[in-house]
Amino acid sequence: MTIEFEAPKPIVQQQVMLKTVAENMMRSVSREFDENEHSIPWDYVEFMHTAMKAAGGGGGLTVTEEKPKEGAEKRPPIGYQKLATQIEMLSWGDVGMYLITPGGGLGAAAVAAAGSPEQKAKFLERFNGDKPTYAAMCMTEPGAGSDTSSIRTRAVLDEATKEWIINGEKIFVTGGDKSFTEYEKLGKGFIVVWASIDPSAGRSGMRAFVIESGTPGVKINKLEHKMGIRVSDTAAISLVDVRVPFENVLGKPTVEKTNTGFKGAMATFDATRPLVAASGIGVARAALEFLKEKLEENGVKIRYGLPRQKLTNIEREVIDMEIMVKSAWLMVLKAVWMADNKKPNALESSMCKVKAGDVTTKVTQKAVEILGPLGYSRELLLEKWFRDAKITDIYEGTGQINRLVVARQILGYTGAELR
Amino acid sequence: MYSFEPNEEQQMLVDAVGKYAANDLRPAAHDAEEGREFPKKLVSKGWELGLLQASVPESYGGFGDRSAVTGALAVEEMAFGDLAGALSVMAPSLFATPILIGGSEEQKQQYLPKIVCGEWAPYTAALMEMSFDFDAHSLKTTAKADGEQYVLNGEKIFVPFAKDAEAMVVYANFNGVTQGFIVAKGSTGLVVSEEREKLMGLNALPMYRVKLENVTASRLGGASGHDFELILAAMRIASAAAAVGVAKSSFEYAKNYAKERDAFGVKIAQKQAVAFMLAEMRTEIEAMRLLTWEAAWKLDNQKEDFCIDAYLAFTGSADMAMMVTDRGVQIYGGHGYIRENPVELLMRNGRGFPMLLGLAIV
Ligand SMILES: Cc1cc2nc3c(=O)[nH]c(=O)nc-3n(C[C@H](O)[C@H](O)[C@H](O)COP(=O)(O)OP(=O)(O)OC[C@H]3O[C@@H](n4cnc5c(N)ncnc54)[C@H](O)[C@@H]3O)c2cc1C
Repeated sequence: MTIEFEAPKPIVQQQVMLKTVAENMMRSVSREFDENEHSIPWDYVEFMHTAMKAAGGGGGLTVTEEKPKEGAEKRPPIGYQKLATQIEMLSWGDVGMYLITPGGGLGAAAVAAAGSPEQKAKFLERFNGDKPTYAAMCMTEPGAGSDTSSIRTRAVLDEATKEWIINGEKIFVTGGDKSFTEYEKLGKGFIVVWASIDPSAGRSGMRAFVIESGTPGVKINKLEHKMGIRVSDTAAISLVDVRVPFENVLGKPTVEKTNTGFKGAMATFDATRPLVAASGIGVARAALEFLKEKLEENGVKIRYGLPRQKLTNIEREVIDMEIMVKSAWLMVLKAVWMADNKKPNALESSMCKVKAGDVTTKVTQKAVEILGPLGYSRELLLEKWFRDAKITDIYEGTGQINRLVVARQILGYTGAELR
Repeated sequence: MYSFEPNEEQQMLVDAVGKYAANDLRPAAHDAEEGREFPKKLVSKGWELGLLQASVPESYGGFGDRSAVTGALAVEEMAFGDLAGALSVMAPSLFATPILIGGSEEQKQQYLPKIVCGEWAPYTAALMEMSFDFDAHSLKTTAKADGEQYVLNGEKIFVPFAKDAEAMVVYANFNGVTQGFIVAKGSTGLVVSEEREKLMGLNALPMYRVKLENVTASRLGGASGHDFELILAAMRIASAAAAVGVAKSSFEYAKNYAKERDAFGVKIAQKQAVAFMLAEMRTEIEAMRLLTWEAAWKLDNQKEDFCIDAYLAFTGSADMAMMVTDRGVQIYGGHGYIRENPVELLMRNGRGFPMLLGLAIV
């Protein structure tokens, strides 16, 4: 190993292709689907599904590994690095549309992180089918957001039928509609629902359950109207006496004095936080590039290299934004590089999410400010990126929650010692 | 390929420098600052770690090739120990590295073996000038050609070890571009101040003011000169890496203190207001470390935007060092304001980065 920043060839090639998609299939319809919340850009969905299948993507935006050619030297794995760069570029196109890229999303990520080999085979196969297919992850409840340990959804085992009976209410489920509602153009998806099998056991009683689309008792109550990422469906779901096969529980079906259930959720977060960070940085980069382009059109050049004292305020702002975006991106790269190389990355993964949450919101806010009416007008996309950006600091752990995770890591504290 | 792990050789160097920084520099920092001098013995010990020697090829008496990435790793570790101590140990690089980058074959032969094969000796460089908007690209010190030689005029500030320096590189404006010139000890017209510079921090590093009145010098690289951008980028990267090291030092002190100090029945680190400061300090340190590494890697590999990246790393790290060292003091509370506590000096040193360009080079 050594310290190196040369993008691997497969990533460079992939980015060229994705940039074309971002420009021609995403940005070109960004405004339309922002204005018509909850309508589905089928062209994009179907194109991406076909393209990813053709590329052998194994169903959606997931970690893929090249099979080494016969006799060729084995190269270090870059699956997560590829995925993070894909997500960054698609989000540079339109982060809302990136979120509805067909595939298993957070639902499949939970299965991949906490499921048995049989479960993985059974549930993950479908994303490579003929039709675009979705899965979603349901943790958040009206009364439990950051404090996931206080979820009230319950799963009780019916000893007679060996089925789980699940009751509860979930909100803010990204892709909940596409994963659960049966659309003609979509394959059969599922939602992963977090519930407690033993409320007295706290976190160790938490388990995730795979619930197939169409299962009776599950109801999508509404799709939220949002500030941004409006093309992405955010569902509120109620579960009333939902019967789920025994083998759909991810992880052990019994409670022990360990944190295994919750650890499953946390393992998912270590893997997904850098990806959320990557998507935020895509938006930030879009805003920054747009800002620089507009400034240049208006004859404002950024004079790199001058001392701060000689720079104009705009130059200082742009330079600071560039420092933020570049360094945040390097933190994402490091976190996914660690994941690829099987190094524990809980600290790096939360740090890059903290940084990306800050950077994405700040950069888009500043870009709107600097461009004034051009930033605020719906004639251009910048105002949309500002609205889209804010979610980066909220989901997959708010900025505060990720600060807590970072602080616990560096201080060696447990959740009880630092809450 | 992306990769974030130092290679074996680099790791050995980092470990060795880190040990020296933690065991030798850190404990000495406070007394050195108050006594305005770093113990000679410690400087020699640091010199023997061989940072400069390892970046000079064998043909000039060293045993390796220069790498800005390796340099950045080493400077961060050194500065983690103490900034003044680090800059003292590394002062000969201020002279040797520009020669390595831009010197003619003859200049390399003349100076490098002598410097790297011997004991630590005072060699230095003079870049800064006394103006609020100092800019390395428009220096007030001038150089004019005079036959084979060049004649320098102007005034330089913050020149480490100038009083005893065997030789120094003086940067000057030559027909509108910045160039380095080699000035020998005792040159006519070279006047080094009797008094040392008195600054807010870095008092253990002896710095002087240098006046040049028609001083005869030779140009780095000979008649065709050299690319100053390469030198400037190497200075900026060194400064950025040092800023990361200083910040890391303050962060470590603050983190340990926060885990010891009680308030309201818990350790102050258990309060989010403190814990979040620590989390942000750690995050920003990491951000600027990576930005610095990337700039260094770009310089080593001559990527076209290495200048801009070095500038961004330099600018961003300076801000970060200020933010982090400020919070280091904040976490110590009133005790942070007292000079006995190391975070106090670190905050004064942490403020210096944007205006202390050219005191280190990788
Ligand atoms: C568009 C969108 C999509 C989403 N997608 C999904 C999804 O697919 N699946 C899913 O399960 N969830 C999803 N979420 C939910 C999201 O993860 C939560 O909203 C988030 O975790 C915060 O929870 P909350 O909204 O209940 O806020 P709260 O937990 O009530 O937090 C409110 C405020 O208090 C702060 N806070 C809370 N606890 C602490 C603490 N211990 N220390 C300091 N500050 C604290 C928070 O940082 C925040 O600022 C989504 C949300 C949105 C808006």
